[in-house]
Amino acid sequence: MAKTIVCDGNEAAAWGVALARPDMVAVYPITPQSSLAEYISQFVADGIIQADLMDVEGEHSVLSVLQGACLAGARTFTASCGQGLAFMFEPYFRTPPLRLPIVMSIVTRDGITPQCVWGGQQDAMTVREVGWVHMFCENGQEILDTVVMAFKIAEHRDVMLPVNVNHDGNYLSYGVEKVEIPDQEEVDDFLGEKNTNWHVALDPDRPMGVDPLTGGAGGPGPAMFARYRKGSCKAMQNALPVITEVHQEWGKRFGRYHAPLVEEYFLEDAEYAIVTIGSMAGAGKDAVDIAREAGERVGLIKIKTFRPFPLQVVCQALSKVRTVGVVDRSVSFGWNSGPVYQELLSAQYFLEERIPAVSFIGGLAGADITVEHFSGVIETTARALRGETVAHPIWLNE
Amino acid sequence: MRPQARKPFDQSTIPNDLCPIATEHVVLKTGDWRAERPVVDRDKCVKCATCWVYCPTQCIVEKKYWFEANLEICKGCGICAQECPHHAITMVEELED
Repeated sequence: MAKTIVCDGNEAAAWGVALARPDMVAVYPITPQSSLAEYISQFVADGIIQADLMDVEGEHSVLSVLQGACLAGARTFTASCGQGLAFMFEPYFRTPPLRLPIVMSIVTRDGITPQCVWGGQQDAMTVREVGWVHMFCENGQEILDTVVMAFKIAEHRDVMLPVNVNHDGNYLSYGVEKVEIPDQEEVDDFLGEKNTNWHVALDPDRPMGVDPLTGGAGGPGPAMFARYRKGSCKAMQNALPVITEVHQEWGKRFGRYHAPLVEEYFLEDAEYAIVTIGSMAGAGKDAVDIAREAGERVGLIKIKTFRPFPLQVVCQALSKVRTVGVVDRSVSFGWNSGPVYQELLSAQYFLEERIPAVSFIGGLAGADITVEHFSGVIETTARALRGETVAHPIWLNE
Repeated sequence: MRPQARKPFDQSTIPNDLCPIATEHVVLKTGDWRAERPVVDRDKCVKCATCWVYCPTQCIVEKKYWFEANLEICKGCGICAQECPHHAITMVEELED
């Protein structure tokens, strides 16, 4: 029987991990992920998770250990963020082209410096181009459900890629909500048979070299390298329909339909929309409700899957409106705006008509993006809709 | 005699753009990089296997009465010559044919 508990986002993620029955979990604690690592340790100690728990000496080893475990056929999980993720970068970069279906929560945290242990999406956004699937959650229930679904997506034969399930540090990691834990047998049935290493199968009886040196110019190396790169890019595109199918199946089985790629909120008759990613969508939707009561035809676009970038559905959503205001919880240093904003601009190239877009940056270093902030975002975006030139990016928490 | 593998992994069972793996050990002829080659004095070699232990590319092969480098793989780093306790290995410059 499914049961309902009240817990924070880190515990919700840990329950998702427990339901997926991993064989090995390796963790190194780092704020605001630490309690997630602690919940998992507790679950292993209590026998709720029957997995090997590796307490390693740092994040670089965390992922290296999991790569070995995955090659040997284990279902694996870890969680990290911020500087931990930075320290993990070398094996992090290696995981997608090895096509290892490792699932990792990034409990997002802002990038140092200035010294900071609070939420912000700079860590996850900085590694967006490495080949991991990135999904951002809005609330505790979505965290639990997405962590379970992530294993099915990662291990899908057309995908075979590592998946990051990201949730906002502080607001989701420590925010307490009602969360339903589905029945274990039903989740077992949903996930089906586990086979994480059909493509490599580290086995002394069937020896092979994994990741051999491909060689430099003049030999077959570069062509081989390009072939694998192309394969990884193709797998990312394959992930889009798989993510959608898996979310639909989850909805059918458990009654909770989460938007797999992009959620549209009051977009059908909207003249303009705000775009959000992660937990801020809640405050954004409240602000949309308030504006609608006042007669504004505004909607909201929530990005759930950021990598692979869901170009088609983003274009569908954008084509319904005439102006967008994009709120980022991180910055793109190279563009003087936010990364989500940049992606929305790229998507617009594929639309028949370009529409004005305004960049907002907020919620850095644990700052709250309130309903009032969003009301301001809506107001400013409405001004752009009316043809006013708006100087941006606009920093919400300045 | 090392135990032999019973059945190597069948690489054709997976797409060739999936995970970079190799069931053949020489993908790259690193021997092409060599500037000097190790030449073993067979009278001095006592088969102590020091070169075999130290070789970073594991290219030392065992012959009946001596060890020598597989020149398809040996990069000519000279570690074997440095480590050989019997000074049986000399590094000789590779000259163009």
